[in-house]
Amino acid sequence: MQWLNILIQGSLLGGIYALFAIGLSMSFGIMRLVNIAHGDFIVLSGYVALVVTQATGLDPFSSLAIVVPVMFALGYVLQRGLLNQTLSGGLLPPLLVTFGISIIIQNGLLQGFGAYDHRLQEGAIETASLHLPGGIDVGVYPLLVFAVAVFAIASLQFLFYRTGVGRAFRAVSDDANTAELMGIDNRKLYALALGIAMIFTAIAGVLFGIRTIFDPAAGPIRLILAFEAVIIGGLGSMWGTLIGGMVLGIAQSVGAALDPTWQILAGHLAFLAILILRPNGLFPRTRD
Amino acid sequence: MTLLRTHNLSAFYGDFQALFGIDVAVEQDETVAIIGANGAGKTTLLRAIAGALATAPETVLLDGEPIGHKTPHEIVRLGIAMVPEGRRLFSSLSVEENLLLGTHSNRAGPWNLRRVYELFPRLHELRRLPATSLSGGQQQMAAVGRALMSNPRLLLCDELSLGLAPIVIRDIYQCLGAITAEGTTVVLVEQDINRALDASTRFYCLQEGRLALSAPTKNFDRAALTAAYFGM
Repeated sequence: MQWLNILIQGSLLGGIYALFAIGLSMSFGIMRLVNIAHGDFIVLSGYVALVVTQATGLDPFSSLAIVVPVMFALGYVLQRGLLNQTLSGGLLPPLLVTFGISIIIQNGLLQGFGAYDHRLQEGAIETASLHLPGGIDVGVYPLLVFAVAVFAIASLQFLFYRTGVGRAFRAVSDDANTAELMGIDNRKLYALALGIAMIFTAIAGVLFGIRTIFDPAAGPIRLILAFEAVIIGGLGSMWGTLIGGMVLGIAQSVGAALDPTWQILAGHLAFLAILILRPNGLFPRTRD
Repeated sequence: MTLLRTHNLSAFYGDFQALFGIDVAVEQDETVAIIGANGAGKTTLLRAIAGALATAPETVLLDGEPIGHKTPHEIVRLGIAMVPEGRRLFSSLSVEENLLLGTHSNRAGPWNLRRVYELFPRLHELRRLPATSLSGGQQQMAAVGRALMSNPRLLLCDELSLGLAPIVIRDIYQCLGAITAEGTTVVLVEQDINRALDASTRFYCLQEGRLALSAPTKNFDRAALTAAYFGM
């Protein structure tokens, strides 16, 4: 029963990792953009929510009504004004530019907010729990985060496979040059893609900020976790990313049960093991 | 009326010059063939017209307006669509999704899904399959259909016959008649000279990036074509 408990808690933990990963997976899948600043955008979203809650008195969930449009606009403008210019020269230029953005965000936050820890306060829901038969307690908040992750991925699947914009995203991912010859404005579409990716990044950042303390340097570890979830799940597969997050979460829970200091290490070891056994991940989709 | 004109059009791949001062004109409602040996610059010419290669504004004119500086998606919106060499269907899209992709240019006109399926009934049966699971001929039909979905005034076809069986090529060329009947002007690039000359009213022959010969396809001098084609 103890192991069942670990499995459940670990799977739920995977929800937040999957949310971390969605934006990263989207920008790589559609524009082959490896966004090194992704973790910092997650943390930045937390800070935007912090400012909004302090300025307006809204609770963190309600602050999403402001944080999400702000991050969407930031993503759109950033892609349109800067990142589009880096995409024609292969993988390296966007990597370097987003690395620079990462440093700018971290230092900007340090300058503006100091090195202190911050948290978003959502109240009673943070500690509420459900009692399941067999003596297993499940936190309401992790359950909610997991449900949001499932809903987020389901809505992205809908966008990709049931709408005209999604069709254009897949076409551009297959062959950007031919898509442009068919009348698609790739630059506008890329801007929209990073905007949408930032919507999920914003949600991830706020949900993460309620769960855990964060500081200006918290981004890179979120980036690593997001990378690991994407790679374990297989590039280009959104449901795979959810499974990837769950694998990470379960590995961490098992590690923590054996010895509390092993939690983080166990997640990375599971990632390495999968990289060795299945280099393309569990459910690969994107080629090249 | 002249629909498309290139004037002293040159094009480069980096430092390599692929086209040298090409002047061609395509009249409304005609079918023009562009022939030439491998590497003569036929595909380059189409790519320059479609905006995929950078050219000076005044070197490509549509209805007398300069379009040489425009991007490919802007040019599709102005009514020039391309059937690219090797078909280039999107592998993660179904046949129908590939066709629908042609509608992103938002142009009104005679062509829609129903009309394309009437032209190529086989595609209707295969519409839910991944586009790249089709045979070469069916893929070529889908590529033509995808271009038609943008309701072009000018359709650029690059090597329709490439890698296809003669009987399949015949079928596809028969459909060209239905396309031109809708008032679509067609430019054909072909290595299969006889096929191209049969389907067109006028031809241009390119040789090493330069225009070598231009003539109507009826009653032209075969010896002159041979000379222009091979450069002898």
